[in-house]
Amino acid sequence: MLVQHLSPLASSLFSLLAIACLLLSFVMLGSRWLNNYLYAFAAESWTIAALSAAVGFYGSYPELYLIAILTLLFRGLLLPYLVWRIIRRLDVDREIHLFLQPSTSLIVGALFVMLALSVSFQVSAELHLQLTVATLALTVMLSMKLIGFLILALRHEAVSQILGLLVLENGIFLGSQILVPGMPLLIEMVILFDLLIIVACFGVLVGYLMTHAGTTSSLELKRLVG
Amino acid sequence: MMVGVLILTLAVAPALAVIGCLASRRPRVAEALNLIASAVSFASAMPLPFLIDGQQLLFWNDYIIMDRMSAWVILCTSIVYFLASIYAVGYMRLLNEDKRLCWFYALFAGFGLTTLIGPLMNSVGIYWIAIELTTLVSTFLIAFERVADSMEAAWKYIMVVSAGISLALLGTILFYWGGSFVLGPSYKMTWAVLTDAAPQMNPGLLKLAFLLVLVGYGTKVGLAPMHSWLPDAHSESPAPVSAMLSGALLNTAMIGIVRFLGVTKAANLGQLPQLTLVAFGVMSLFLGALFIVQQQGIKRLMAYSSIEHMGVVALGFGFGGALGVAGALYHMLNHSLNKSLMFFGAGIMMRAYGTKEIALIHGVGCRFPTEGALWLAGAIAITGAPPFGLFLSEFTIMRAGLKPPFSWAVYVMAILLIVIFIGFMNHFRIMYYQSTQSEASRGGRLSAWCAAPMWLSLVPLLVLGLWWPTHVWDYLTSIAQSLNLGAQ
Repeated sequence: MLVQHLSPLASSLFSLLAIACLLLSFVMLGSRWLNNYLYAFAAESWTIAALSAAVGFYGSYPELYLIAILTLLFRGLLLPYLVWRIIRRLDVDREIHLFLQPSTSLIVGALFVMLALSVSFQVSAELHLQLTVATLALTVMLSMKLIGFLILALRHEAVSQILGLLVLENGIFLGSQILVPGMPLLIEMVILFDLLIIVACFGVLVGYLMTHAGTTSSLELKRLVG
Repeated sequence: MMVGVLILTLAVAPALAVIGCLASRRPRVAEALNLIASAVSFASAMPLPFLIDGQQLLFWNDYIIMDRMSAWVILCTSIVYFLASIYAVGYMRLLNEDKRLCWFYALFAGFGLTTLIGPLMNSVGIYWIAIELTTLVSTFLIAFERVADSMEAAWKYIMVVSAGISLALLGTILFYWGGSFVLGPSYKMTWAVLTDAAPQMNPGLLKLAFLLVLVGYGTKVGLAPMHSWLPDAHSESPAPVSAMLSGALLNTAMIGIVRFLGVTKAANLGQLPQLTLVAFGVMSLFLGALFIVQQQGIKRLMAYSSIEHMGVVALGFGFGGALGVAGALYHMLNHSLNKSLMFFGAGIMMRAYGTKEIALIHGVGCRFPTEGALWLAGAIAITGAPPFGLFLSEFTIMRAGLKPPFSWAVYVMAILLIVIFIGFMNHFRIMYYQSTQSEASRGGRLSAWCAAPMWLSLVPLLVLGLWWPTHVWDYLTSIAQSLNLGAQ
């Protein structure tokens, strides 16, 4: 188990990077401008790439360097670029209709973090891992998951929903680097598959635009009910 | 050895069809290729259950598993794939989309491929990836008609299912984490390894992980309340795709839940895993019943019926015991056959009357004497009335649950099934016997490609309802033993 014998320096570095990711997802939650979402997402991916490299270095898992590079390339550069192109083409730069004001959604997000914290305290108490970086990793993983769902539920623009989906997966990605750095093969595959999902989303989106001409808000998706 | 060759042909045939369809670019060639591929897959899946005894067989460095359960689910899938491919030849010609037809068949064969290989995955993580792949391929099939409705359905499908399935990934990672306390930081997570390590894993962590996995794959299975994508996707895709989604895809995702249930059973987690599965099952039945009674769209009616039947299957596995598991697996086969028949019929009616509204379809019996009779028989079968297969399997599942602690669920299930029977039959009464106008003209002749698969699904359904062979019974109960679900 990596987290049980970590040097204090390594463990505080991991904590710093994990908390930075959590803060960046709050940036996404608190803004209504699509560009801000995008920059926050890109920064989050870079932080996760740095975390992979750090875990690879301190835990001596050389394959994590490869994952760090792949993360940086795919999630940090290619995906944000593709999303940026879509934003530019769509001519939508912010969320028009909001269920909750950004300030309210920040508070709801904070409540979610508390929920995640209490769950991960329970789990790490059962595993006798209190006060290690594992608790923090689990908290950040669960709360980024919850915040991702919050973004999916509160935001209506297609682009924000894609980014919400990516935050969901960033959370898992971050947690798995710290909790199960030895997990074979899966993580690399997940990077590639995310990319495929996004490509598929874009395919659907483009087709959708062709038929609907204009709107990309999920508020307009109400033909199919009952 | 023989089994290995069969698995290889099973997967290679549709893969070649994908390449062939994309290379040839001619619609007639593409439909022939897909049909041949599905026939080959069916022919190689058919003998598999006979060749496998109690042991599980592993191939390719333990990445491929072939046990009695995968053989059974693959058989269900390949039947639906074969029937839907025959039907697609007739149906897709009606759409006048000849230019894009090679794309359709390439995607269709790809969808067949991903649903066939899903149950074969021995690595828990790669199983997740296989399920994710089915989502990617089927999104484009749902969006194939490119009208606003099907784009909306495809968008909801990919959003809801990817979000849901990411919960399953989280659960999978927590399972791996739990295992890493027992087996060291790096190990190969296969179903067998996980089952062996489960008794020493932390029960609290296992419960959390199982619930996440159940909700995640449950989204893909269409258990209520995670079902919201299902009616849209099933009603807006072309009819052969609806049949595949309902008869093949849902089973492929269900098998993951069942294997994880086996893991938790080995870990002795008490009632919780089965209780949640039963609760989801009852909820699906309840929701299915509500929406079936007041439904207005013909394909949405079939979609809600799929939610209902997946609820029944979940109840079967939740009740557990030899009876419950055998009933649930038998129900999978019956439902695959029957739901294909229902979607085939619904597709024909939709094209003939030019509408999806039940209220606008009338006089089916006069206009289509043969197909109408087949479809009506299928409707009787799908509500669980004798003498068809679903009656036997539903009855077995109810018998399995009658002991405490789940007997309440059986009573609820019985009441809801009666409600569904009445609601479903009422819709068919309107379509067959309520003549609003009296023209009742004989419609144009249907191609044999559309009628043949309806026969091919109804006849086995009737046989399975009249005769449940002892060998099949022994086969299914041995699956219950191998999953640790044998004793309740």
